[in-house]
Amino acid sequence: MRRTTLVLVCLMVATALAASVFAAPAKDQTLTMNLGVAEPETLDPAKSTGVAESTILLNLHEGLTRLDKDGNPAPGIAEKWDISKDGKTYTFHLRNAKWNNGDPITAQDFEWSWKRALAPETMAEYAYQLWYIKGAQAYTEGTGKAADVAVKAINDRTLQVELNAPTGYWLSLCAFPTLLPVHPKTVEANPDKWFMSPKTYISAGPFKMTEWKHNSQLVLEKNPLYWDAKNVKLNKVVITLIDSQITELTMFETGELDYGDNPPPAEFPRLQKEKKLAISPYLGCYYYLLNVNVKPLSDVRVRHALSMAIDRTTITQITAGGQKPATAYVPFGIPDLKSGTDFRTAGGAYLKETAQVAEAKKLLADAGYADGKGFPTLSILYNTNEMHKTIAEAIQEMWKKNLGINVTLTNQEWGVYLESRNTGDYSVARAGWIGDYVDPMTFLDMWVTGGGNNDTNWGSPKYDELIKTVMNSGVQAERVKAMHAAEDILMKEMPIIPIYFYTRPYLMKPWVKDMIRLVTGHIDLKYSYIEAH
Amino acid sequence: MARYLLRRFISMILAIWVVATLTFFIMKALPGGPFAREKALPPSILANIEERYHLNDPLLTQYADYMVRLVKWDLGPSFKQKGRDVNEIITDHFPVSAQLGLSAVFLSLLIGIPAGIISALRQNKWQDQLAMFLSVIGVSVPSFVMATLLMYVFALKLGWLPAAMWGELKHMVLPTISLAGFPMAFVARLTRSSMLEVLQQDYIRTAKSKGLSQRVIIYRHALKNSLIPVITYLGPLVAGILTGSFVVEKIFAIPGLGRYFVQSINNRDYTVIMGITFFDSLLLVGLNFLVDLAYTLVDPRIRLMDGRK
Repeated sequence: MRRTTLVLVCLMVATALAASVFAAPAKDQTLTMNLGVAEPETLDPAKSTGVAESTILLNLHEGLTRLDKDGNPAPGIAEKWDISKDGKTYTFHLRNAKWNNGDPITAQDFEWSWKRALAPETMAEYAYQLWYIKGAQAYTEGTGKAADVAVKAINDRTLQVELNAPTGYWLSLCAFPTLLPVHPKTVEANPDKWFMSPKTYISAGPFKMTEWKHNSQLVLEKNPLYWDAKNVKLNKVVITLIDSQITELTMFETGELDYGDNPPPAEFPRLQKEKKLAISPYLGCYYYLLNVNVKPLSDVRVRHALSMAIDRTTITQITAGGQKPATAYVPFGIPDLKSGTDFRTAGGAYLKETAQVAEAKKLLADAGYADGKGFPTLSILYNTNEMHKTIAEAIQEMWKKNLGINVTLTNQEWGVYLESRNTGDYSVARAGWIGDYVDPMTFLDMWVTGGGNNDTNWGSPKYDELIKTVMNSGVQAERVKAMHAAEDILMKEMPIIPIYFYTRPYLMKPWVKDMIRLVTGHIDLKYSYIEAH
Repeated sequence: MARYLLRRFISMILAIWVVATLTFFIMKALPGGPFAREKALPPSILANIEERYHLNDPLLTQYADYMVRLVKWDLGPSFKQKGRDVNEIITDHFPVSAQLGLSAVFLSLLIGIPAGIISALRQNKWQDQLAMFLSVIGVSVPSFVMATLLMYVFALKLGWLPAAMWGELKHMVLPTISLAGFPMAFVARLTRSSMLEVLQQDYIRTAKSKGLSQRVIIYRHALKNSLIPVITYLGPLVAGILTGSFVVEKIFAIPGLGRYFVQSINNRDYTVIMGITFFDSLLLVGLNFLVDLAYTLVDPRIRLMDGRK
């Protein structure tokens, strides 16, 4: 009796193991996914700016490099590269790869594509992603010529790029959508609309576009001419264009979708309980901007008191999507100097996860507002959105309770809100920042004095100096040290109050495998497959 | 008649011009612009884009340019959806909204009018009370609640119909019902009250005293006149419903024109705001005109002569 049980158990374990190890790919390798947008703004790599658009583009195209599952640049169309001693000149050696119409991809195609993205007549909003190249900014701004942009095809398979300064993350940028190559002949023939039709959509990535029904769906199919086609397992990717969160969830639950990128936050607790919600890291910080020109906020003690009075853990319980309390500004997910270490971990926590009421009260008293007496009413500005409202209400309550400060809430429609922020017509405003590339600079360089995104009116010559050092230094140790020092200033001066680090909650059926989710929010389906189910 | 038509035509043009002008200046007065981003663009890039789209020209120059384009039916490129012209957006998405809208109008008349007649004839009996109870629900439940509820029941719980998307007949069922709810109920109430009023009139009493059958009285004499308010309502209803509903289209992921009304404003996509408003006002004014013509068919007392009606 006992022996039969044992045999039975062994058999069961063996079957379970076999099932997990040898789970076969499904016959139908079709993935149906929703990216949460009703329509991509554009699928022209040079002109695209959105996260969903980037995901589509990265699966249609391939840059000189392609980011691997850890976010490190791996060879793409470039097989290998040499970097000059001063770290400024990159020589890329292209592999023998083809466009999906059979034409070979050449170094000239890259040169042409990059200069096109920079050209003022292209009107690319993200042209500045290429401004690391010598002469690039001048060309976009109309003060330089295309010929002076230091990207040059030495021959069909060799591309040479000279940068203004050694840029540590340049190889990662080579995988960024703005830098993806396009097919010159097709684009020249139809510069504004070539990407609108599958017939003229020439690309060189793992997939090709086969259908685009506006506001309805996009269909990608495996590109047999892709250089690494043998590693691409999905035959077809149907991207539904649905922006209603509740509709996406319903279709996921009825089985019409395998993947949803935009689940409704109000349903997070239920979805967590039913184990339907998956969460991946996201390189972003949710914070409050403080206008340091507004009277009591000009006092650094007041700014710290406000920050200390916030219980960040409570906020992340409200957002319920696995967000982490922001204990500083630069989020987790960026490597520090030593491999395997994280910039955030190395920099440590500047802020506490829970409120420090006593210290906050003391600072406020030192600033002359004991128990909030005499403190003018503050207003929190946010763009109209349920979640922003709930968070603002919670913080309103915390400041009232912990500091005795009266706070009013103002919500504005998106465009109006941006204008108010830009013109400094606010005292406290909600904001968020998602990194473009995996380097602390994508978070830090925006706070330089007078920077286009620095709406706080705060500035520090020392901070500006450090950012300049980071930009011009080719020595990673020096860069990392300066970036930590810069964040140190930012957190001590506190023109912004970090609240939480973003995550990306999503819905995915268990049979979708090997989807690469980068911390920048881009999704790579190159290696994905559907398991038999 | 010809004189009336001419005057009518001129006033239509005037109305459309006023709408276009007001929209233009109100739109320009909105804070923000099509290229405002949370990640602000470098000033040089922004200036270049704005210059190329002529957004830096004096306001009156922009206005004049735009009016000329409207007349030529060249509505310009969308700022947000790069590569698409507003004309293309209308041609691509209006047919979808129109198809959905017409089926909703058809459904609401098909059920609303008979329901109204029955209620009027059975005034205060259970048929009337039931119909009016349902119509209160129809008028007061907003379409997004109706849409979400229908989706929950018929797609998620019963699995009879797809939750969303567009292309086949089965995709049309739920959105059509959600969209038809309000007009159906409204038409039923209009028909009922106007029928009741008509039934009080002298000529109906005359017909009754002549010994005509109930049926002849209702269908030949009363119905035509009692439909006048319904026809009046049809003009704005059709114009409104044809150009799509933002909510229903968003919930059911329908590639219609309705979502562009709202999104273009959120995006400050100036050309789309102007183009769609212009298109909508053309449609509204045109349909109202058709309604006026339709009056003469149902009521011979109404003549299209100004001042001497």
